Amino acid sequence: MLLEIKDLRVKAEGKEILKGLSLSVGMGQVHAIMGPNGSGKSTLARALSGHPGYEVTSGDVRYDGQDLLAMAPEERACAGVFMAFQYPVEIPGVNNSYFLKAALNAKRKSKGQPELDAVEFMQLIKQRAKLLEMDQAMLSRSVNEGFSGGEKKRNEIFQMAVLEPRLAILDETDSGLDIDAMKIVANGVNALRAKDRAMVVVTHYQRLLNYIVPDVVHVLTDGRIVRTGGKELALELEEKGYGWLESAPAGARA
Amino acid sequence: MSTSTETVEQLATREYKYGFETTVEADTFEPGINEDVVRRLSAIKGEPEWMLEFRLKSYRAWLQMTEPTWHNLKIKPTDYQGISYYSAPKKKPELASMDEVDPEVRKTFEKLGIPLQEQMLLAGVAVDAVFDSVSVATTFRAKLAELGIIFCSFSEAVKDYPELVKKYIGSVVPYTDNFYATLNSAVFSDGSFVYVPKGVRCPMELSTYFRINAKNTGQFERTLIVADEGSFVSYLEGCTAPMRDENQLHAAVVELIALDNATIKYSTIQNWYPGDKDGKGGIYNFVTKRGRAMTGSKITWTQVETGSAITWKYPSCILQGDRSIGEFYSVATTNNYQQADTGTKMIHLGKHTRSTIVSKGISAGRGQNTYRGAVKIGKNATGARNYSQCDSLLIGDRCGAHTFPYLEVKNTSAKVEHEASTSKIGEDQIFYCRQRGISTEDAVNMIVSGFCKEVFRELPMEFAVEAQKLLSISLEGSVG
Repeated sequence: MLLEIKDLRVKAEGKEILKGLSLSVGMGQVHAIMGPNGSGKSTLARALSGHPGYEVTSGDVRYDGQDLLAMAPEERACAGVFMAFQYPVEIPGVNNSYFLKAALNAKRKSKGQPELDAVEFMQLIKQRAKLLEMDQAMLSRSVNEGFSGGEKKRNEIFQMAVLEPRLAILDETDSGLDIDAMKIVANGVNALRAKDRAMVVVTHYQRLLNYIVPDVVHVLTDGRIVRTGGKELALELEEKGYGWLESAPAGARA
Repeated sequence: MSTSTETVEQLATREYKYGFETTVEADTFEPGINEDVVRRLSAIKGEPEWMLEFRLKSYRAWLQMTEPTWHNLKIKPTDYQGISYYSAPKKKPELASMDEVDPEVRKTFEKLGIPLQEQMLLAGVAVDAVFDSVSVATTFRAKLAELGIIFCSFSEAVKDYPELVKKYIGSVVPYTDNFYATLNSAVFSDGSFVYVPKGVRCPMELSTYFRINAKNTGQFERTLIVADEGSFVSYLEGCTAPMRDENQLHAAVVELIALDNATIKYSTIQNWYPGDKDGKGGIYNFVTKRGRAMTGSKITWTQVETGSAITWKYPSCILQGDRSIGEFYSVATTNNYQQADTGTKMIHLGKHTRSTIVSKGISAGRGQNTYRGAVKIGKNATGARNYSQCDSLLIGDRCGAHTFPYLEVKNTSAKVEHEASTSKIGEDQIFYCRQRGISTEDAVNMIVSGFCKEVFRELPMEFAVEAQKLLSISLEGSVG
């Protein structure tokens, strides 16, 4: 297993959001986490990436055998954990490709690899930009500044394509996207599916999963996984909503 | 990160040991100021009568003045009778090689990327063996002299080019201008003088030379730069290496004169000792800088202010000639207990004059940063335009940023725009960077550099790189 979460409890602003969540993700798999608003989907994504606003009160998370919770956010990133933000942050005055180069080189440095020089780096990002149908001009703009919602999300997946994580967590990447933008993002994500990479796709709606077809679907309600199934579970949810699962028996947990 | 903060602080403290541990020397005046002190000062410098007269009338004017209180600064009163107004240039104790320099000092030099030869000069290592500063200076001088450019100390200029000094001294900053400038006019120690003749483009940044020669200019520095018609000069003041001085008060005056169609670029990096983390010690830097721009000329002030306990400084332009241009680009940082009240004045007198103000204030720790800017459009300044942009960046929640824009428009055809913003380095921004593998410290540097970009790109290339490093050192330990 690449990721093993056991009985994870997480507080945000003093309130317990995740109440004993367990989940396993194998290498090469794509898992979808679905659930109603407020169920704790984004909390899970942020806790896994080490956001300081989320306090882990108990539980254990193994990433490739390592204690993920003991690692600083940048250590997790360098070890190959990537989160595509639900609300990507703007950094005025910092060039998008400069930012990405700093990120990539930080990661390479942590692995004892030499930094990429400017030429190698430009070749890499130009190639990856095509994957996301990104305009070259976006590379030289400030990080996310003045980007439309769709451009921001596309930029997240573009960063993922450049940083080549082993574990990618996509936090509501579909929110705020029109259907065309969503197809572009989904195509990008699909192109990055690989047997040495796992993905956790957090989403409220089933429609993204028409384009990014998951291997496993989990339903998260009230801080716990209440149901785990195949891709057809997503369709069932689309049809019936989340209500029927709220009182699901504990035995249905993964 | 706290370790590196200590490093910087230790450096500042230790450098004192190497650079300024001086016992009272025979040719230092007793503390105190009176007419006799002014006369003796002038006599010891061998000045002509007119220079003494200028000093004396300034001194008499100063007696009638009081320290300004309109600023947004908390200042402990200065005892003007407790200051010695003359001190012969000191010799630093010389070390035989760089190996004798404190390793912490060397580390900071390396962080700043200061060339080895300059490191030696700054640390007080005997340089003759490797680097003959005098001969380099002479080479520079010869090259400049070929073009008719004069670049010398203020004292030399008073002796060698009295007609130029006499004509322009006090012509932009009158001796009655303000408390500190008037005091400077009475007791200025030394400084630099530049004259660029008609149509000449100064082929080098007047910087390296300046760094070598302008040591020990004293606490009342005086600079005068005259760019004759159609000439161009770029002048760099200061350096990024931390500077300590036993004099708490520094009151400099800089006057720039850009004659018709001339261009003066004046760039400053100020890194005086800011005091310790509790706000003890540190330099008070009260500077009066002003330029007069004649027809079709341009004056650009660019400053990166990271040092001093207190900075009080408003590089300004009098846009007297038609179509003259004034620009002000500033980055001011305050950390710990530092205070800065800085900005500019753009005085539009000529027709179709234009000015641009870009001010970036960064506050961290308990630092207080004030932007104070005035834009005045005179009644004859038809078609004048100004654009001002004042941005403040806060790091942490104990610091402050304040903006006081003043505007006076007496010509209805003028266009004046002002934009202001205040932002905080958000935890979200830092977390975003960290999630991509970038450390908190690198993230802060990146965010700050991005914030200052518009100013840094106005600096000469090599200066800009140093400024960026300096900024990251001065903000070390401010987050996390």
